[in-house]
Amino acid sequence: MNKVLMSGNNIIGEAAIRAGCRFYAGYPITPQNELTEYMAEHLRTVEGGVFLQSESEIAAIHMITGASATGARVMTSSSSPGISLKQEGISSMAACELPGIIVNIMRGGPGLGNIRPAQGDYFQATRGGGHGDYRTIVFGPATCQELADLTMDAFDLADKYRTPVMILADGMMGQMMEPVIFKKPKPRQYNEKFMLRGAGHGKSKIIRGLILDPIDMEEHNWKLARKYQVIIDHETLHEEYKTEDAKLVIVAYGTSARIAKGAIKRLRDKGMKVGLFRPITLWPFPELKLRKLAEKINNFLVFEMSTGQMLEDVRLALQGYADIGFHGRPGGVVPTPAELANVVARHYEKKD
Amino acid sequence: MAKKVFSRPKCLKEAIFHYCPGCGHSIAHRLVAEVIDELGIRGTAIGIPPAGCAVLAYNYLDVDMIEAQHGRGPAMASGIKRMLPDGIVFSYQGDGDLAAIGIAESFHSANRGENITIIFINNAVYGMTGGQMAPTTILEQKTTTTPGGRNKTSEGYPVKVCELLSSLDGTTYIERCAVNSPAGVNKTKKAIKKAFQCQIDGLGFSLVEILSPCPTNWKMTPIDSCKWIDTTMSKVFPLGVFKDNTTAVKKSREAAS
Amino acid sequence: MMLKTIFSGFGGQGVLMMGYSFAHSAMNKGYHVTYLPSYGAEVRGGTANCTIAVADEEITSPVASEPDYVVVMNSPSLITFQNKITCGGTMFLNSSIVEIRPSRKDIKICAVPCGDMAREMGNIRVANIIMMGAFIKKTGIVPSDVYLKSIGTIMGGKKKSVAELNQKAFTAGYDFVKD
Ligand SMILES: Cc1ncc(C[n+]2csc(CCOP(=O)(O)OP(=O)(O)O)c2C)c(N)n1
Ligand code: SF4
Repeated sequence: MNKVLMSGNNIIGEAAIRAGCRFYAGYPITPQNELTEYMAEHLRTVEGGVFLQSESEIAAIHMITGASATGARVMTSSSSPGISLKQEGISSMAACELPGIIVNIMRGGPGLGNIRPAQGDYFQATRGGGHGDYRTIVFGPATCQELADLTMDAFDLADKYRTPVMILADGMMGQMMEPVIFKKPKPRQYNEKFMLRGAGHGKSKIIRGLILDPIDMEEHNWKLARKYQVIIDHETLHEEYKTEDAKLVIVAYGTSARIAKGAIKRLRDKGMKVGLFRPITLWPFPELKLRKLAEKINNFLVFEMSTGQMLEDVRLALQGYADIGFHGRPGGVVPTPAELANVVARHYEKKD
Repeated sequence: MAKKVFSRPKCLKEAIFHYCPGCGHSIAHRLVAEVIDELGIRGTAIGIPPAGCAVLAYNYLDVDMIEAQHGRGPAMASGIKRMLPDGIVFSYQGDGDLAAIGIAESFHSANRGENITIIFINNAVYGMTGGQMAPTTILEQKTTTTPGGRNKTSEGYPVKVCELLSSLDGTTYIERCAVNSPAGVNKTKKAIKKAFQCQIDGLGFSLVEILSPCPTNWKMTPIDSCKWIDTTMSKVFPLGVFKDNTTAVKKSREAAS
Repeated sequence: MMLKTIFSGFGGQGVLMMGYSFAHSAMNKGYHVTYLPSYGAEVRGGTANCTIAVADEEITSPVASEPDYVVVMNSPSLITFQNKITCGGTMFLNSSIVEIRPSRKDIKICAVPCGDMAREMGNIRVANIIMMGAFIKKTGIVPSDVYLKSIGTIMGGKKKSVAELNQKAFTAGYDFVKD
């Protein structure tokens, strides 16, 4: 397969279709419109592909829930305000144990905010987001290649655990083009017994989240919790960059992690030993891996395009064993590597 | 000295519109401003801009305004009007905002007969997000999400808001106009004035739909866009007054008191 | 090596195409590349720009706070970007419609009357390709044959006459720049 130059939004669309996504519903919102338009253009040319422009994000999430129940691979996408609207449906998918992919190309918030790249939806994504006791698996890709790979993996994980999976990127990732190579998707493994295809002559099935008896509902919650624990134990992903000799480690994900790498290059040129810890799954957060790093390093700096959300996960992971600094630029500001390098340098000297 | 026949309405701020050349929003803004001036309601007016190209309407209209989330303008207007019955409350909405994501809010505020006014811009596309299909996109019309043209079997039919809402008992005044010609602009202004007057008189829900050119996303020149409204769009969305119960409501009020 | 370029102009001038074709050819030359367009409401009202980073190592930020090259196809772009360009960098400008010149003396200027040249060829729409000819020659990042191959791939199914016109336009811009 040759390298192709595509935008992040289009890459997600192409990877999804290659992974077998056959149903997409969405409502226009910048900066992810190219993804919706890609699905409109390309799903109609694949066999069994259905594209639906919904009347709202609420409708879109419920449309994909229905399509998922029939056994199709499904996806919806939006950006921050629209993701808020989807929460009702995401909660419902988690409750009904239905797989599906939700893409959030984050923009500046709260409220209507703006359309610049931001990372203010980390809490919403990693804490479930909607009502009730549930989690969604969340990927935080940092390159276009990762967008391609993780989109495909997201479909596999969603099926494996029968749960919604979110791809959390931002306007920069969505708009930017980089060369990518699409890998070969794995064959789908999803048991027909979970699909609603009409009972025929067999026993009819029910997919539901309504469980009126509290004892039964409690057991359902524990069942989900056990599933989430398996995910925590097996599915965390992260990258370490120049941490071997590092005296200070930046913790950042997505676009922030790219900027951090740029800053690290500058700092290392000046002789400062700085590394990067980049969570790739934001939920489950690679907590143990980060704690392990704290055995040899005690100076961390969290960098996010928000006022500090992943910061809380880093604090929970490090449990007070290390010093944690923070630098944030919320509201759609994308800082330069030079700016971050200056901030890190100050923190580095202070501790050394 | 020459007599001044044309000047900036008082409640139109000294700002340059960010709209594309030939866009109908600029005209509609100006008309709303002129009507507010003429009716002398600047002090009591509260406007609600949409999520849409007109999201920055508060940069242009010099009245109190509050942002609504996408499609929720009529719900917000209802809340405001209920707490402030003497305020003149209007929402300004695009076709995606009003007839897709916000159809529930617009439908039910109309059905409750909220004493509010809606200025509804129908440009047959989603302008702000780059030309996707709107509920009002006409059959066969190409948009970025209907690359093969809108197909009735998969995307359904253009939503006719005036026809729909005028069938609700809760509505009082509903008219559809177009701003693609000087005569059309004059008519639109009269309609907007009538709609606001309906609210001032406490007669109930009013809505003016305005067929409005979007040359950018129609991929036409401004002149061709105006022609397209005549030749094509207004065939699907006929102009005219769909409902005018103002006299009837007034009479029954008088009889009751 | 890490070189960043901004292409900027009116919506209809094909500036995004300039950036995309350049990024495409740099990719085929084996470089790491990123392409970042301006988007959304920013584009309302008519100006567009894109930023291309080309490097022989992983590119971290696709944003250019100090671009090495800026290609300005209209006057507003010159005003927007003249103070961003790095000291010693080069500004390419469409001298057919950009009458002003940057006030800085520490940058090089490559003025190409690509609008007039395109009109002489009978098609104003190739002004961007003419400018690309000059850009490719002057910067030397990508050989001309690699660039032309990319243009061919991108234009794909277009007619042969279009391909020939592009080739001619590119050569005119390429030859306009003296070694
Ligand atoms: C919940 C939510 N979804 C999506 C958007 C993005 N969005 C902003 S405006 C708009 C549609 C605009 O179209 P229309 O209402 O027809 O107005 P126009 O721009 O054409 O005037 C959309 C989808 C948003 N702001 N909020
Ligand atoms: S995109 Fe269309 S509706 Fe929006 S400002 Fe431009 S012409 Fe007007």
